[in-house]
Amino acid sequence: MKSMKVVVPVLLLAGLGAGALASAAGITPQSMADALHMVLDTDRTVYTKLIVNRLQNEEKVIKASEHWKEDKALVLPAQMFRAGAEMTHDKGATFSYSLLSLWPVNKQNKARTDAEKQGLQYVVDNKGKNFYAEETLGGKKYFTAVYPDYAVVPACVTCHNGHKDSPKKDFKIGDVMGAVVIRLPLDG
Amino acid sequence: MKQPKHLFSWIAAGVVTLALAGYFTSRLLGEDRIVFTPGAMTHGHYQIELACNACHTPFAGVKQDACIECHGARLAASNDSHPKKKFDDPRNADRLEALNALRCVTCHLEHRPQQTRAMGVTLPKDFCFHCHQEVGDDRPSHKNLAFDSCASAGCHNYHDNTALYEDFLVKHANEPATAAHPAVPVRKPGDALRASGMRGRKPLGLADQDAPAEYAETKALHEWATTLHARAGVNCRDCHQPKDQPQWIARPGHEACNRCHESETKGFLAGKHGMRLAQHLPPMTPALARLPMQPDARDRVLGCTSCHGAHAFDTRRAAADACLGCHDDKHSRAYEGSTHERLWRAELSGAVSPGRGVACATCHLPRTIHKQDDGDARIRVEHNQNWNLRPNEKMARSVCLNCHGLGFTLDALADPALIADNFNGKPARHVESVDWAAKRVSQPSQGVKP
Ligand code: HEC
Repeated sequence: MKSMKVVVPVLLLAGLGAGALASAAGITPQSMADALHMVLDTDRTVYTKLIVNRLQNEEKVIKASEHWKEDKALVLPAQMFRAGAEMTHDKGATFSYSLLSLWPVNKQNKARTDAEKQGLQYVVDNKGKNFYAEETLGGKKYFTAVYPDYAVVPACVTCHNGHKDSPKKDFKIGDVMGAVVIRLPLDG
Repeated sequence: MKQPKHLFSWIAAGVVTLALAGYFTSRLLGEDRIVFTPGAMTHGHYQIELACNACHTPFAGVKQDACIECHGARLAASNDSHPKKKFDDPRNADRLEALNALRCVTCHLEHRPQQTRAMGVTLPKDFCFHCHQEVGDDRPSHKNLAFDSCASAGCHNYHDNTALYEDFLVKHANEPATAAHPAVPVRKPGDALRASGMRGRKPLGLADQDAPAEYAETKALHEWATTLHARAGVNCRDCHQPKDQPQWIARPGHEACNRCHESETKGFLAGKHGMRLAQHLPPMTPALARLPMQPDARDRVLGCTSCHGAHAFDTRRAAADACLGCHDDKHSRAYEGSTHERLWRAELSGAVSPGRGVACATCHLPRTIHKQDDGDARIRVEHNQNWNLRPNEKMARSVCLNCHGLGFTLDALADPALIADNFNGKPARHVESVDWAAKRVSQPSQGVKP
């Protein structure tokens, strides 16, 4: 009981301190987007490496399939990512994110807005760099961040190169295959 | 001299206004509010046109949830190709300006008979153009196709493409018109029992009946004694006077059946046979139907027993003869003498194995397989006969493919004359989608951008 009384104020102070620190440094739209991207990208890599590449390509125990429900198969990494984006939206998130490409298997994943078009080209031309812009969509202003999406495991390359709908058949490991686009609303 | 005349006009106008206000108020508050419907409703909703609040929220228009409440489950089961969640991302803002795909009423406006096309669509037929202008770039085969043909040629649907997506077409290319062992899933006697939770009761015979004395020795009792109900231990009072009822109910309604047959009742209430009951309106009768019906059936009332018959509950009669007792359109009349009907009679006589016959219910109240949590599969009869009716490609997977190849199925479903003739003959139409899909896979250069 005694230690609880001590712990709570200490935690509170620590929390306040962290809050003050954050606001002093100022969470900019860019740092917010970067933080979101770090989590999204890590989860995406974990799913691809620990689940899809291991079970499909290395152990060959189960396939990943676009028609995962029908084929009783693993969800594709891109579908996993989109399912998360949709669920996040349903929970009421004001930000949004998607996985796009200049060479999309799914034509709905090609760049549509000007910022997407510029950003996707930029991350392909400037390997290792991100692209940031502001854009207005449907009368609302957004901070839009575009992050390169790399072929991190052989499964990325073999599946895309062999897919009948892929416009590009010569992806190599380490290539920028597309981009994660994150949007934060700027005017509340 | 003039003033009294003027005064009279004012009084007359006042009286007429008050009378009209009184009339409309009483109609608005009463049960028959038909005077307020702005135009005839679609075949999907006219039955419940007096249940305004099923769709309209007073002073708030038609809420999206009102549509989803009745249609949401089917859309989800259809793996809807254009769900709301696909359009929520702000990157689609310009698309939503062209066509607000977040709301059903963008494409399905009610009360617009002149403007309403198949499937209750009120948009011009070429609506796919708004988002898919560039389809020709990715699919050379689609280059010069008219945008009003996407959803009308048997190739695509806006919502349900479960039997039409490319990989499915490829998987089912080159199938014969009729399979080597055509048959639909067959219900096991235990299915209904397990679903109803009635397992473990002692089978009953005539001597065990618990009806009031005046019903002893009636035909009904003898019919009951031969049924699965009796064998499953379901006695008279289980339906006629269940525990919560103080009195014997002479004609129990669907509520009684619902106690054990929940999924069937739910389907019945969702379809055209039961949707009026679901809205607490008087039951459907053939007289209210827009389809041609047998004249002497006009005043029959639709409930569970109108097809199943009280006491005998003969599912085989319910599967075809019951339908033909009311339905009198060309397709129904052509059933007699059709290959499907001959197979059904052969199944009834035991000449072919169960599952081979095709009754009305085989297609319109299809058997669906439901995986249980224990891994067991249970076969249910979908009692919403609209579940797979429109667009008719919904029937492909739920019914036709049990016996027929996909190519043949899509051709047949695209041939209205063949349908009217109850599939007596061969399809006169050919839907090319299966050929195109197979060709694109065998020649990957087709449709892949340089
Ligand atoms: C088993 C096949 C498969 C694997 C493995 C796979 N993808 Fe994909 N990927 C697809 C398919 C199919 C789509 C389109 C899915 C959709 O949008 O419904 C897609 C979509 C994408 C997109 C969006 C643009 C597009 O092509 O539609 C990117 C970017 C992408 N994948 C990158 C990757 C990367 C990077 C990896 C490895 C981490 C990877 N993919 C692994 C099949 C695969």
